[in-house]
Amino acid sequence: MKFGVENLACRRGEVTVLIGVTFDVAAGEALILRGPNGSGKTTLLRCLAGLTPPVAGRLLFSTEDVAYAAHADGLKAQLSVAENLQFWADIFGTHDIAPAVEAFELGGLLTRRAQDLSAGQKRRLSLSRLMLTGRAIWALDEPTVSLDAENVARFAAAITAHLAAGGSAILATHIDLGLPSARTLDISPFRAILQDAPSDDPFLDETFS
Amino acid sequence: MIALLRRDLKLAIRAGGGFGLGLAFFLILVVLVPFGVGPESGILSRIAPGILWVGALLSCLLSLDRIFQLDYEDGTLDLLATAPLPLEAAATLKALSHWLTTGLPLTIAAPFLGVLLSMPSEATLWLVASLAIGTPALSMLGTFGAALTVGLKRGGLLVSLLVLPLYMPTLIFGAEAVSRGAQGLPATTALLFLAAITAGCAALLPFASAAALRMNLR
Repeated sequence: MKFGVENLACRRGEVTVLIGVTFDVAAGEALILRGPNGSGKTTLLRCLAGLTPPVAGRLLFSTEDVAYAAHADGLKAQLSVAENLQFWADIFGTHDIAPAVEAFELGGLLTRRAQDLSAGQKRRLSLSRLMLTGRAIWALDEPTVSLDAENVARFAAAITAHLAAGGSAILATHIDLGLPSARTLDISPFRAILQDAPSDDPFLDETFS
Repeated sequence: MIALLRRDLKLAIRAGGGFGLGLAFFLILVVLVPFGVGPESGILSRIAPGILWVGALLSCLLSLDRIFQLDYEDGTLDLLATAPLPLEAAATLKALSHWLTTGLPLTIAAPFLGVLLSMPSEATLWLVASLAIGTPALSMLGTFGAALTVGLKRGGLLVSLLVLPLYMPTLIFGAEAVSRGAQGLPATTALLFLAAITAGCAALLPFASAAALRMNLR
C-alpha cells in the first residue's frame, strides 16, 4: 500500500525533534531509516503509528493501516506463546495464528511460557505478531535486535513476502536486510535545531547575570 | 473485545497476578478489628458497616497501580493503542476486569465477614446490594487514576492521593445504606445515590481514562 508524509514535524515529550520530513513509499516498497542514535527514528515511527499526533504537516494515509513494532516486545511472561499470539489475533480480528507460527517457525514453542523464551525467541514472537495484524504498512523499530543470522534471514523473507503481496514497510535498522526494493532515507537533515531560551531575554538577564 | 478481558482475567489468576491480594487484605482487616476494639458485640455491630466499607475501599485501592502499569512497562499498551480496539473500550474492560478480580470477590465474601463483626442479619442484604452497586464505581474511578499516572515509576502513592477524594461519596452512601439497613430504617435513598454515582462513572470515565492514556503515551 502506498503511503507518505508531507512536511511532517514530530515531537517527543515537549521537544520537537523532526521538522519538514517528506517522503513517499510505493506499494511493494520498503523505506529504511538511517541516522545516528537520537536522531528521531523512533519519534517518527511513533508518529506514523498514531501514538503521537504530528506537530505540523500531514500524514497521507490512515494510521489504522499501520502495524507498529516497537523496541519493547509487548509479551506477557505468564502466557504461553500460543496464548500471546491468539490474544493479538483476536484483538486485530484475524483470529488465525497459523501464518505467524509458520513464517517464524514457532511451532515447537507454542506451549512454552513467554518468560521461558530466550531474547531472540521473544523477538521472533514479537515480530510474528505483524502477520496477525492484517495491516498493509509495517512500521518497525530496530526489528533485528537480538536475532541471529538465521532468524534475520527468516524475518527478511517475511518482509519480502509482505512487500510482494502489495504491502509496504518503513524500518529503522542498522543492518542490511537485502530487501529487493528498498530505499534508504537519512533523517539527520530533518533534525530540528534545539532552541535554548533566547540569550537576549531581559528577565533571564536580570535574574542570572 | 472479549479477548482483552479474557487475557486480563487469565493473567490475574496465574502466578504473580495479584488475584486474591485485595480479598486477603479485606479478610485480615476484618479479622483484626474485633481484637483492636474489643469483643463487645454492641460496639462491633455499630461500626460493622463502616469497617466493611472502608475495608472494601482500601482493598480496591491496593491493586490500582497494576491496572495499566504492567502493560505500559512491557510495551503492550503502545500496541493496544495502535490496535483497532478504541482506548475507551480498553479502559472499560480494564475497569471491568479489576472489578471482577477485586470488587466481586469482596461483595461475595462480605456477608460472611459481617458475621465476625456481629453485624445484624437484617443488614446483610443491604451490605451485599450496596457493595454490588458501589464497588464498580471504585474500579472505574481507580482505572481513571491509574490512567493518569501510567508513565510514573512508583505511581501507587499518587494514584491513592488522586483517587481517595473521589471515593468519598461512594463510601459515605455505601456505609450509610448498610447502617440504615442494620437499624431497620429505609435505606433505598442511599442506595439510589450509590447507583447514580456508578452510572455517572460508567458514562464519563471511559472517555476520561482514554484521554489520559493518550496523553501519557505521547
